[in-house]
Amino acid sequence: MTQKPYLHIPRPTARPGEVPDFSYLKLSDAGAVDRPPVTEKAKNIEYLSHQLVRVLDEQHEAKGPWDPSLDEAALVKALRYMVLTRAYDDRMQRVQRQGKISFYIQSLGEEAISIGQGLALAPDDMLFPSYRNQGLYILRGTRLVDMMCQCLSNTGDMCKGRQMPIMYQNRDKNIFSISGNLATQFPQAVGWAMGSAIKGEKHIAASWVGDGSTSEADFHYALTFAAVYQPPVILNVVNNQWAISTFQGFAGGERRPFAARGVGLGIPGIRVDGNDLLAVYAVTCWAAERARNGHGPTLIEHVTYRGGAHSTSDDPSRYRPKDEWAAFPLGDPMDRLIQHLIKLGHWSDENQTALEQETKTIVDDAWKEAVSFGTMSEPPFLDAQLMFEDVFKEMPDHLKRQRDELLALTGDTP
Amino acid sequence: MSQMNMIQAINSAHLLMMEKDPSVVVLGEDVGYFGGVFRCTDGLQKKFGEHRVIDAPIAEGGIISTAIGMGVNGLRPVAEIQFADYIYPGFDQIVSELSRLRYRSGGEFFSPVTIRTPCGGGIRGGQTHSQSPEGIFSHISGIKTVMPSNPYDAKGLLISAIESDDPVIFFEPKRIYNGPFDGDPDKPGVSWSTHPMGEVPKGYYNVPLGKAAVVEEGDELTIICYGTIVHVAQAATRLTGVRAEIIDVRTLFPLDIDTLKKSVEKTGRCLVAHEATRFCGYGAELVSSVQQECFWHLEAPIERVTGWDTPYPHAFEWKYFPGQQRIAAGIRKVMEAG
Ligand SMILES: Cc1ncc(C[n+]2csc(CCOP(=O)(O)OP(=O)(O)O)c2C)c(N)n1
Ligand SMILES: [Mg+2]
Repeated sequence: MTQKPYLHIPRPTARPGEVPDFSYLKLSDAGAVDRPPVTEKAKNIEYLSHQLVRVLDEQHEAKGPWDPSLDEAALVKALRYMVLTRAYDDRMQRVQRQGKISFYIQSLGEEAISIGQGLALAPDDMLFPSYRNQGLYILRGTRLVDMMCQCLSNTGDMCKGRQMPIMYQNRDKNIFSISGNLATQFPQAVGWAMGSAIKGEKHIAASWVGDGSTSEADFHYALTFAAVYQPPVILNVVNNQWAISTFQGFAGGERRPFAARGVGLGIPGIRVDGNDLLAVYAVTCWAAERARNGHGPTLIEHVTYRGGAHSTSDDPSRYRPKDEWAAFPLGDPMDRLIQHLIKLGHWSDENQTALEQETKTIVDDAWKEAVSFGTMSEPPFLDAQLMFEDVFKEMPDHLKRQRDELLALTGDTP
Repeated sequence: MSQMNMIQAINSAHLLMMEKDPSVVVLGEDVGYFGGVFRCTDGLQKKFGEHRVIDAPIAEGGIISTAIGMGVNGLRPVAEIQFADYIYPGFDQIVSELSRLRYRSGGEFFSPVTIRTPCGGGIRGGQTHSQSPEGIFSHISGIKTVMPSNPYDAKGLLISAIESDDPVIFFEPKRIYNGPFDGDPDKPGVSWSTHPMGEVPKGYYNVPLGKAAVVEEGDELTIICYGTIVHVAQAATRLTGVRAEIIDVRTLFPLDIDTLKKSVEKTGRCLVAHEATRFCGYGAELVSSVQQECFWHLEAPIERVTGWDTPYPHAFEWKYFPGQQRIAAGIRKVMEAG
């Protein structure tokens, strides 16, 4: 009997109530993947796109050619920022639940990516993050108070009340403004890197999108321009297995790893254990060195897991097993770094408790200060005139009239 | 009859049309297993299977272009764009392809795609979850545009949209999915069960495209509006005590100019209101059409109340949103003029 044509419908390996199953994830052993010289041609290193670069092994030891040999101070610094990012997320998630902010997105379980990559890049490299890269802002020294004020849309808000929570920016620290429209930043980063090359500068650009967002045309524009002009850019796909309710199979992840999207265009793709801070750091250093020395773009796929809901508007228990994260074979990035530090004799449970206490205090103090700039329901409130500014460099007459109309209506004088 | 909110009414339209016509297919981000982020397609995949209710990759341009292809192949696709703010990656396919296919092929090819998309503000969504781009799409020749203001119309108009052999963009004002909203955010929410238009037949019926509805009769002023603003205008009218005739255009294109004309000829005064920005907004078309048709009956300049000409802000939502106070001020202005 001949079979009628049919559509392949991607199905996740487990739905709510079923046993999590990550057998589809192809893993390599820690230390098992070769590290080629940065000058290597893309066609000779295609293996990097389907193997998995890992440094930390099951015994929490660093293994193999990708071990970046970070010293104790660097490792502790990385852990500090991961713990701080998680503490920040935890607090903001809770204040959203209390109705103090309208919306929030956590990066739970993905902290090693922002922190590891942020540490590997130079301060004047330009970053084009997605909404789940808060660690980059924190690592580059954005004050938590400023980030909280953004989420509160209060008088301290860097975006002057224009954007929803989590849409940060930090021009001084070279981190771009976050867009709510998926993947738009990806080709923009390529353009920035082209600009860097045109100007003859050494700065490189990096950008991040989720697995789901790779479906957008903007992702493909980015890769095409990067392949054609070979600008100094690092393009990252954060494959946390889920978009909202659709798993990465709906972005084509069942066929080839996302890292292999570069291969067809001649861009090296590297698949890395996104929950292994050392591996993330090492592949980013490799890609940055390539870019900085004129060897062109790199596509990095970080294999990780979205530990929380998509956002505070989402309920993942409707579409995936509750215990899926616990079954994820690459574990929790923070715990893995802690265990590594303990193994090296640089860390203890007491150190960890003290660090968590300290970061909690930092976050508490920042929150107290942030709310002194106002909340959605408590003064001081932002001046509504701000609504009409920055549409253009200079306010056109029709906006001045609209502003005055509003002020007359609310009884404030222009 | 039964009580439905707008989500249930939209869901019911899908269900009936999918039962009635095996060529109707649904596609969009999170619409299948999950049933849509606003739950408008809840239960459809279970009932009709994964080949008729299709979870799509996150690519609005891909969703719209593949819907066009399915339509050319004899299917009747209903595509959901998760938020109207995310429709733009599909803009080229709508403007250059979907809208002109029939024309460019001398009537040989067409694709009866319906694009549904939640629009409008009032949910603290900021600039990426609050836009009202109906004017942009009503400007394109070859596309019909619809925005219902209640569950009864939502179901009846969606059925007509799906049945239409012309492409339709169906805007769903998300603020009133669960209940009518009169523009006062401090009042407790009201459900559709207390509203006459929340009474929705379980079975098939339609509300024809291109027919406006007179929501309230009056003889002093005509207010032309659609979507959420219909309810805000009703409340604003009560604030002023003016006997206004409130018209819900329901279908933005084709516009039911006869109903508008009849009303303005009677009242001699007209106010147009929408959430979208003002400059080149849909209101400009309404004002122009009414002026042309009713000039000799007008006793005062036609007034427009709209969103300000800025992106939709997060912090100043209720100063941006054209609420009761601004509409009431507009009403007084038209009544005092001339
Ligand atoms: C152009 C566009 N389409 C749709 C959305 C709605 N949306 C926001 S996040 C999201 C899922 C993104 O998933 P992924 O890219 O995997 O990133 P993750 O959230 O997992 O980090 C969707 C569909 C959007 N913001 N922009
Ligand atoms: Mg994802």
